[in-house]
Amino acid sequence: MTVTELSPRGAPGAASAPGRTVLEVRNLTTHFPVRTGVVKAVDGVSFNLERGKTLCVVGESGSGKSVTARSILQIVDAPGRIVAGEMILHRPDGSSVDLAKLGNRSREIRAVRGAEIAMIFQEPMSSLSPVHTVGDQIMEVLRLHLKMSKAEARARCVELLRQVEIPHPDRAVDRYTFEFSGGMRQRVMIAMALACNPQILIADEPTTALDVTTQAEILDLIKKLQQQHGMAVMFITHDMGVVAEIADEVLVMYHGKVMEAGDVDTIFHAPKDEYTKMLIGSVLRLEQKAEIRLKRPPIDTTAEPVIEVKNLQMHFGSPKAPIKAVDDVTLKVLPGETLGIVGESGSGKTTMGRCLLRIYDPTGGQISYKRADGSKVDIVAADKETLKICRREIRMIFQDPVGSLNPRMTVAQVIGEPLLVNGIAKGRELDDRVADLMQQVGLNPEWRERYPHAFSGGQRQRIGIARAIALNPRVIVADEATSALDVSLRSQMLDLMMNLQDKLGLSYVFISHDIGVIRYMCDRIAVMYRGKVVETGFTEQVCDAPTHPYTQALLSAIPRPDPRMRSMHKRHRYTG
Amino acid sequence: MLRFIISRTLWMIPSLFVVSFLAFVLIQLPPGDYVTTYIATLAASNEVVDQNTAADLRQRFGLDQPLIVQYVKWITGILTRGDFGLSFEWQQPVSDLIWERMALTLILTFSTLLATWGIALPIGVFSAVKKYSIGDYIVTFFSFLGLAVPSFLLALVLMYIAAVQFGQEVGGLFSEQYVNAPWSMGKVFDLIHHLWIPVIILAVSGTASLIRVMRANMLDELGKPYVTTARAKGLSEFHLLVKYPVRIALNPFISTIAWLLPNLVSGSIIVAIVLSLPTAGPLLLQSLMSQDMYLAGAFVLLICTLTLIGSLVSDILLAFADPRIRLE
Repeated sequence: MTVTELSPRGAPGAASAPGRTVLEVRNLTTHFPVRTGVVKAVDGVSFNLERGKTLCVVGESGSGKSVTARSILQIVDAPGRIVAGEMILHRPDGSSVDLAKLGNRSREIRAVRGAEIAMIFQEPMSSLSPVHTVGDQIMEVLRLHLKMSKAEARARCVELLRQVEIPHPDRAVDRYTFEFSGGMRQRVMIAMALACNPQILIADEPTTALDVTTQAEILDLIKKLQQQHGMAVMFITHDMGVVAEIADEVLVMYHGKVMEAGDVDTIFHAPKDEYTKMLIGSVLRLEQKAEIRLKRPPIDTTAEPVIEVKNLQMHFGSPKAPIKAVDDVTLKVLPGETLGIVGESGSGKTTMGRCLLRIYDPTGGQISYKRADGSKVDIVAADKETLKICRREIRMIFQDPVGSLNPRMTVAQVIGEPLLVNGIAKGRELDDRVADLMQQVGLNPEWRERYPHAFSGGQRQRIGIARAIALNPRVIVADEATSALDVSLRSQMLDLMMNLQDKLGLSYVFISHDIGVIRYMCDRIAVMYRGKVVETGFTEQVCDAPTHPYTQALLSAIPRPDPRMRSMHKRHRYTG
Repeated sequence: MLRFIISRTLWMIPSLFVVSFLAFVLIQLPPGDYVTTYIATLAASNEVVDQNTAADLRQRFGLDQPLIVQYVKWITGILTRGDFGLSFEWQQPVSDLIWERMALTLILTFSTLLATWGIALPIGVFSAVKKYSIGDYIVTFFSFLGLAVPSFLLALVLMYIAAVQFGQEVGGLFSEQYVNAPWSMGKVFDLIHHLWIPVIILAVSGTASLIRVMRANMLDELGKPYVTTARAKGLSEFHLLVKYPVRIALNPFISTIAWLLPNLVSGSIIVAIVLSLPTAGPLLLQSLMSQDMYLAGAFVLLICTLTLIGSLVSDILLAFADPRIRLE
């Protein structure tokens, strides 16, 4: 719909047609002086923002995209500071100002913040004050920049909340942020950002913490408001699907430098830079089934399942009005297969996974586990001893590779702990087993004496996997195991898990909200919605021809990483 | 909210009964009673009291009756007539003794509190905002110094300075001519004139620890994303600090009210004795030492009541200050 030219880098002014370009950033450099030297978070970045256009800044964690955005408003966290470059803001009245020259506490930059350039952040929960009402926080901007009276500001605030489609805006004004859902909070943030009709909206991963269907609605809303107000939008994200869906221009960043810049079609279909190619490649790889899985003969569906869940119920809260986190779930896990469980937040998928190890005591139902010798155990009713044995054979991998490793234990201790507490190995033998496990997950055994903080996110997740396979389990429950990882690491991690699966004969229960990851790895899928399994079937069948309206709605909200296949406007909502 | 307050208030009644009984039993626990102490005091001045006189005395004070009877008499007296009994030692009604002292204690404690919060909170905020600056180091140094110096030592030093350097009369809260005089403007000025020494002494240690707490609270809040949001709105640094992080960092202080009130009675005894202040602390100590059970009992009951009221007040205030608590 919109195509923008990005001025060739290094030729300032060439493309800055009057009235079009609102912000010119030239050689922006932001440094963080630390004890060991200087971290060049942003290293000579140049780009233009144009009226009514969207510039997407993509990159993996640590690429400096967030710092770039914060540099524009001069709100970089200490000790970071802008050391060079210029950021020229062109005002509608023809005047312009170099933001880099303004002091970060000066009256001039404060007049720009919130009024001419507004920003929304990733975490809608923590980015708003919990002890002030929504109205208070929005009206503050209006009164500050537009010098409105209290009554005027309130009226305008209600109007803004109506624009961002918050139900009952006149009542919402006096509510607190914790009374809203994540998506509604992000709408409040947007209302706050738009309060003074800014020329530029900077959105720093505004949909990363949201579900796909909510994400689609927020992206739609931003697009709509952009068309109404003619803002320039700078959208920071790591999700290539979102980029393909909304970008006019794309800026690919890596280690503080711009690797490639261009219009969205070129970036996706004719990338020149190696890093961009790698990034796009790893995204596209997750669009289809893994090669290892395509080569493998299909799993034997007639085999007796390892785990058979029947009418599982897990209720929380008072028995009178229970919250049914898992509501009558029936499914089975076959030997050697990967069962994907997909659903949005609050669908009960994590609770379901935890019930399999009886981390929670289910309210009702059966989990029948077939042991290696063929005998069957009902995990829901099992006594302490049996449960202990079952937990040795059913292991878990967690989402957060930082939080799930004890920072005071060395890697060898973390991986060796299950062997030690179960009395399987100690001393020299334990050392050998740990070294072997580390090799299996692609970690150098020489690093075993290091602590978790010395490892990157991907390596930490490998440690988590090594710990999970330490006891030769038969089933692994992986709860969002790759969600915290950058996209380029994701497929590596999944390949590793699949190799281990084939080698050790594991079954996986793979819980994820990311349909790409599920499609890449899983043999069968169960779709959960509000505690119930609404659809189960083979991956291809569920992904390509879903039968349940919720699955259809969910799939239609997922942005595809191809700008030629923008489809989100065709999405539909499931309200059942 | 109203239901919460009512139910909390109702729950206070049984708790008070249990606490008052426990207090009564605790005071009786040490061997002997007031008469034993009295005889011992007399014996020290070579007066001998025979068994009959002692028994007479016990009967007169009602000390020969079983514990439970004494308790019931005591508590009915309080509930029906507001009569806390007679202090054996002072031969005066307990309530008269306590109220006189409590009024002065209140004045002293609240002036100290105002001074402490007034000094400590802004400094704590400064120290957090300018973390690791010269100013922060200076403040940190002095707050550790204030923590480390025992307050009675500070009391002695200040008394010396006030007496020798300024020639001021130290000790007590009034000059001699006003001690027993009725209240007048002159007496109020005299009180203010005497108040500053105990206030400084008591505030120093309080300020020192409070600065550290406020600094830590602020440092927790300063890095939160909502502070960045406020900055991105274009608020001035001072305005946004006061409105957002300071506001939230203050919440934990509201819970300290719970133990602030009982401190009225039992806090700062050592300083009060060193400065011979006519506050509640020294009187409580004295009554416990002489086993003056009605006076001590009344004090303990007062401390317990103040603790309960204090926690109720702080809970209600917290609910007003933090909407998240109100929701639950």
